[in-house]
Amino acid sequence: MTVLRATGEHIVIVVIAVVVAILIGVPLGVWAARRARAGGFALRVVDAIQTIPSLALFGFLIPIPFIGGIGMRTAIVALILYSLLPVVRNTVTGIRGVEPAVREAGVAMGFTPRQLLFEVELPLAMPSIVAGIRIATVTAIGVATIAAAIGGGGLGTLIFRGVAMVDSTLILEGALPAAALALIADAVMTTIERRLIR
Amino acid sequence: MPASIEFRGVSVDGILHDLDLRIGAGEAVAFIGRSGAGKTTTLRLINGLATPSRGDVLIDGAKPVDFIPLRRKTGYIIQGSGLFPHRTVYENVATLPRLLKWDETRTKSEAAALLDKLGLPFEKFAARYPRSLSGGEQQRVGIARAIVARPGILLCDEPFGALDPIVRRELQDSFTAIREERNATIVFVTHDLAEAMRVAERVVVFDGGRIVADTSARELPRHEAPAVRALVAAASLPS
Repeated sequence: MTVLRATGEHIVIVVIAVVVAILIGVPLGVWAARRARAGGFALRVVDAIQTIPSLALFGFLIPIPFIGGIGMRTAIVALILYSLLPVVRNTVTGIRGVEPAVREAGVAMGFTPRQLLFEVELPLAMPSIVAGIRIATVTAIGVATIAAAIGGGGLGTLIFRGVAMVDSTLILEGALPAAALALIADAVMTTIERRLIR
Repeated sequence: MPASIEFRGVSVDGILHDLDLRIGAGEAVAFIGRSGAGKTTTLRLINGLATPSRGDVLIDGAKPVDFIPLRRKTGYIIQGSGLFPHRTVYENVATLPRLLKWDETRTKSEAAALLDKLGLPFEKFAARYPRSLSGGEQQRVGIARAIVARPGILLCDEPFGALDPIVRRELQDSFTAIREERNATIVFVTHDLAEAMRVAERVVVFDGGRIVADTSARELPRHEAPAVRALVAAASLPS
C-alpha cells in the first residue's frame, strides 16, 4: 500500500466519523443542555465511552452484528463513538454559556423555541462547538491509526506493518503523514474558530 | 394601539400575594420598591416570563392564550440591554420587524429614524457590534430594538440601573421624549424614586410582595405609607 493511498483512506475514515459525530453530537448536546438530569446522564455515557482504551473498543465492536466485523466500517463506528464526547460536551458548554439576559431578550421578543435555538443559541455557541469538532478531529486522526489492527485501513496499516517487520522507515511513512494531518486539521479549525469569535 | 393590563388576585408563591392592579391603556406606571419586593415578578407576569400560581393577568380584558404574538407586540427593555452580541446594531433593531416580516425598506427607514432620534446616527452605528459600544449606547440600541415595531405595551426592568448618573439622566430624557410620540402603555420598574417620578405619571410602591401605595407621581413625596416614607427619606440629599 502506498503512503498516498493510505493517507487518502485515513482522511476518508476520519471525515466520515467526524461528520457523523457532528450530526449526532450537536443535537444530543442541544438536548442535554436543556435537561439538567438527563443531560448529565448523557454526558456521563459519552464520557464513559471515552475511557475505553481504543484498541479494546475496536475489539469489542468486532462481534457486534451489522456495525461490527473486520474492516473499515467497524473502525468508523469506533471513531464516531470517540468523537462524540468533545462535540457533545462543547455543544452543552456553548449553549449553557449564552448569557441569560440575551436568551431572555429573545424569548421576550417572541422568538419561538426553534427560532431562539437557530438565531441566538447556536450562533453564540458556535465557537465552542467548532472547538469541540477540532478536538474530535485531531483525536480521530490519531486513534484512526489503531483502526488498522482490525483491518480498518489508513496510515495505521503502514505503522503496524513497520512494527511487525521492525522497519522504522515504514513506521515513519505511516506516522509522519498522520502527525501532519493532525497539525493541518488543528490549524484550519483554529482559524475557523478565531473567525467566529467576535 | 396601547393595551390595558389588569391583575386579578394574582399570587406567585413566596413572592407576590393577592395582587390587584389595573393599568389603563396608554398609562405610564412606575413600579418602585426595594429589591425582592415583587416588582420585577409583576412586570414579568405581563409578558408571560413569569406564571401566576393563582389569579389572572388580563391584557385588553382577556387572558393571553399564546404569549408569542403578545410578546411581539410588547417591548421589553432590561438592565444591561440583552443585545445579541453576534448581530450588528442594525440587525438587533431589525429583529422584531424581521419576525413580523416587514419589508426591508420599511425596517431600514424605521430603524434609521429611531436610532437617529436616540442620538445614534444610523450611518455611524448601524454596522457596529454591541461590544464596541458604551453601556449608554448599548441601552439606546436596546430601547430602539424594543420600540421599533410600535408595541402596545412597553416593559422596562431597571433599564438604566447599571449606568452612571449623567448617562442615566440623558437616557431618561431620551426615553420620555420618545415616549410622548410612541403611545404605548408603559410599566417601568426601578428602585430610584427620582427616576420613577421622571418617567411615569403614576407610581405603584411594592413592599414584601404587596402594593403599599398607588398614587400619582406628583403626590408621592407626601404619601403616608411607611414604605413610601422610607423611600423618600432614602432619596433625599443631606441638608
